[in-house]
Amino acid sequence: METILGLDLPTWWFLVIGGLITGYGVLDGFDLGAGALHLFFNKEESRRLVLNAIGPVWDGNEVWLVIAGGALFAGFPLVYGVLFSTFYIPFMLFLVSLIFRAISIEFRSKEPWAWWRKMWDISYCVSSIFITFLLGLVLGNLIHGLPVNKAHEFTGNLLTFFNPYAILIAFTTLSLFMLHGAIYLVMKTENRLYAKLTVLVNNCSKFFILCFILTSMATLIYVPHMTQAFKHHPELFILPLIAVLTLLNIKRNIDSRKYFTAFLFSCIIMSCLLILFAIGLYPNIIISSTDPANSISIYAAASSNKSLKIMLLIAAIGTPLVISYTVFVFWTFRGKVKLNEMSY
Amino acid sequence: MPSVEILSRIQFAFTVAFHYIYPPLSIGLGLCLVIMEGIYLKTGLPVYRDITRFWIKIFALIFGIGVATGIVMEFEFGTNWATYSHYVGDIFGSALAAEGIFAFALESGFLGVLLFGWNRVSKGVHFFSTIMVALGSIFSALWIVIANSWQQTPAGFRIEGHDLGARAVVTDFWEMVFNPSSVDRFSHVIIGSFLAGSFLVMSVGAWYILKGRYIKHAQAMFKVGLSVAVVAALMQLFTGHRSAEYVSKYQPAKLAAMEGHYDSLAVADMYLIGWVDNKNEKTTGIKIPGGLSFLTHGSFSAPVQGLHATPPADRPGAVNFVFQTYHFMVAIGITLIGLTLLAVFLLWKKQLFNHRWLMWIFVLAVLLPQVANQLGWYAAEVGRQPWVVYGLLRTSDALSKKVTADQVLFSLILFTFVYVLLFALFLFLLNRKISHGPDVTEDEATDSEHFSKRNIANIPS
Repeated sequence: METILGLDLPTWWFLVIGGLITGYGVLDGFDLGAGALHLFFNKEESRRLVLNAIGPVWDGNEVWLVIAGGALFAGFPLVYGVLFSTFYIPFMLFLVSLIFRAISIEFRSKEPWAWWRKMWDISYCVSSIFITFLLGLVLGNLIHGLPVNKAHEFTGNLLTFFNPYAILIAFTTLSLFMLHGAIYLVMKTENRLYAKLTVLVNNCSKFFILCFILTSMATLIYVPHMTQAFKHHPELFILPLIAVLTLLNIKRNIDSRKYFTAFLFSCIIMSCLLILFAIGLYPNIIISSTDPANSISIYAAASSNKSLKIMLLIAAIGTPLVISYTVFVFWTFRGKVKLNEMSY
Repeated sequence: MPSVEILSRIQFAFTVAFHYIYPPLSIGLGLCLVIMEGIYLKTGLPVYRDITRFWIKIFALIFGIGVATGIVMEFEFGTNWATYSHYVGDIFGSALAAEGIFAFALESGFLGVLLFGWNRVSKGVHFFSTIMVALGSIFSALWIVIANSWQQTPAGFRIEGHDLGARAVVTDFWEMVFNPSSVDRFSHVIIGSFLAGSFLVMSVGAWYILKGRYIKHAQAMFKVGLSVAVVAALMQLFTGHRSAEYVSKYQPAKLAAMEGHYDSLAVADMYLIGWVDNKNEKTTGIKIPGGLSFLTHGSFSAPVQGLHATPPADRPGAVNFVFQTYHFMVAIGITLIGLTLLAVFLLWKKQLFNHRWLMWIFVLAVLLPQVANQLGWYAAEVGRQPWVVYGLLRTSDALSKKVTADQVLFSLILFTFVYVLLFALFLFLLNRKISHGPDVTEDEATDSEHFSKRNIANIPS
């Protein structure tokens, strides 16, 4: 099999998708988290400020989801079909939530009426929570494994998705995004809103630490296949170690009010957790909970080598471009958020 | 209950048709914005700054709905058309990935600067962002049309596997990208989009002129819109002809359906209006005898391949539907040429804005390119049936195997509800934005010599 730098092409594409999902989590994670916290802010001005804190960037952040989806379609079309048709109803709800979230942000500021704004505030907050929760639920089920038969067909039903482990992962995702969002907002605000957010950040970090501990224990006890790789490669234990150290660092930096550092660490922990997930999964993408032989590996699902090579080239050209204008936009809107006549 | 196939087709058709209201407007408005802001930078005239900022706000509204409804399409391939996804992933996937990384990231990234950056960045950087957003939306269309064109005229691939496990694998990327219909269809789609956006700009301008509000601004935006529209309308005649040529060469059954032509040995007529009785295989109406023969073969007496040449199972069933949508699209295209040429002539005579009846027509004409864009796609996609990938994969084979009719019905009802609500909100907010009008900046309000009294009276407080 053809390799680049010792790794075969499906593995490269697996890494690309992992990178895109991580990018999506790190970027859209904070604006989804900010949305989930939206109703904690009571005053109209506070709500406008937190909305405008994500205003210029949320749309660009969401693009990472579109690209990750496209990358999965392109690289592993078999998985794309199986995954999305299996999660049919959850994904439909996810799509509708994405629509509601986008229009809530866009429509809210268009009219001054209190009921109008309140309606969109609720819609924005609820849809942000829904999106995060559903993402976590899908992730939890992928970690846990799905009842998939030989023909790669899903044999469960809607209730299969709502197993306790997947629900726990959904809550963990929510808590992580909320923490991530709260840290982002505290960096972007000042005065009384800032003071309020410092309290909120503390509470979010407690919520996340609780979820983190529960998830770690549940994974060790109930999902043994996720820890398989560590037995063969003990050096990988560095990763959970980094995750725990990072978590402690988030807490320490929040306590000493170094929010930018805390934000970097919450990006790191998000990456760490997703890398752990990827290691547990590799070389499979969909793990069959009924029979390991029915799992779908990246090799069974991959597009042709030619197609993968073309797309790796596209990714190699495109990624620096995307990163450069992401940096440009974040740099343009750096500093504390201020309201003006073009604001939401 | 209807079958999964019918429900999935209805759902895809509905969601994509609704989505397609917005991207053409974004693409067309993007170009108009580049022109408006460019004129402002070149001349420094405040009126162009005002209309640029006014249209940026409407652009944001349209773009937002376009993005939100567009993501649906991407994921529907996986949810409802899993077999199709597996079949085309190797090919379609790279186009979609390229769209995301080259186009969508570009437009969404710079959109933030376009919307919120007016006071944050220099004029030049803002103008650059406007251009990037406009280019991004065009690139988006490029990759999507390439992917769709590959479905119409597959090229640069080979088939691996067999039956429902088969898939198309790319053998030549550039041959795939520049498949026989890509260029013609892309130019046809893009110019249709320029028409959609420019007619919206003219419609709003004409409305202000009729209401006697923001006269100066209204005339400025109308002229920008008209300059785009007249060029686009004329070019569309050319790209439309080119598209028909590729159809006659690569999808003869579609062309035959467009003109209701059955008998392969007969001379093919071209209808101005007509009706196809598919059951008795008879087409009646007002026609140019031998017109289609002339267009495809350059001779009024040459026979053209008819629907009979294709077995009934392999050709579109809704012949009259394809016929009607195609003919209405062409009729609208011709109307747009007449309308824009008339407007340019009157502008040259300096009488354009005095004709209230014409302004009324332009207020309503915003619907024409929209309808034509929709109809064109209906003809193209229904005319492609029963194939989802022409000649290779049938629509009925492309479904997700495990999805049930209940599930699709649920999501279809959900989308219907959400989209009706979305459309109502869109019209409401668009109407409010238009009645609010452009914010006329202060340095111009003091510049009263160039400012009509009527206009001042209408500045919203």
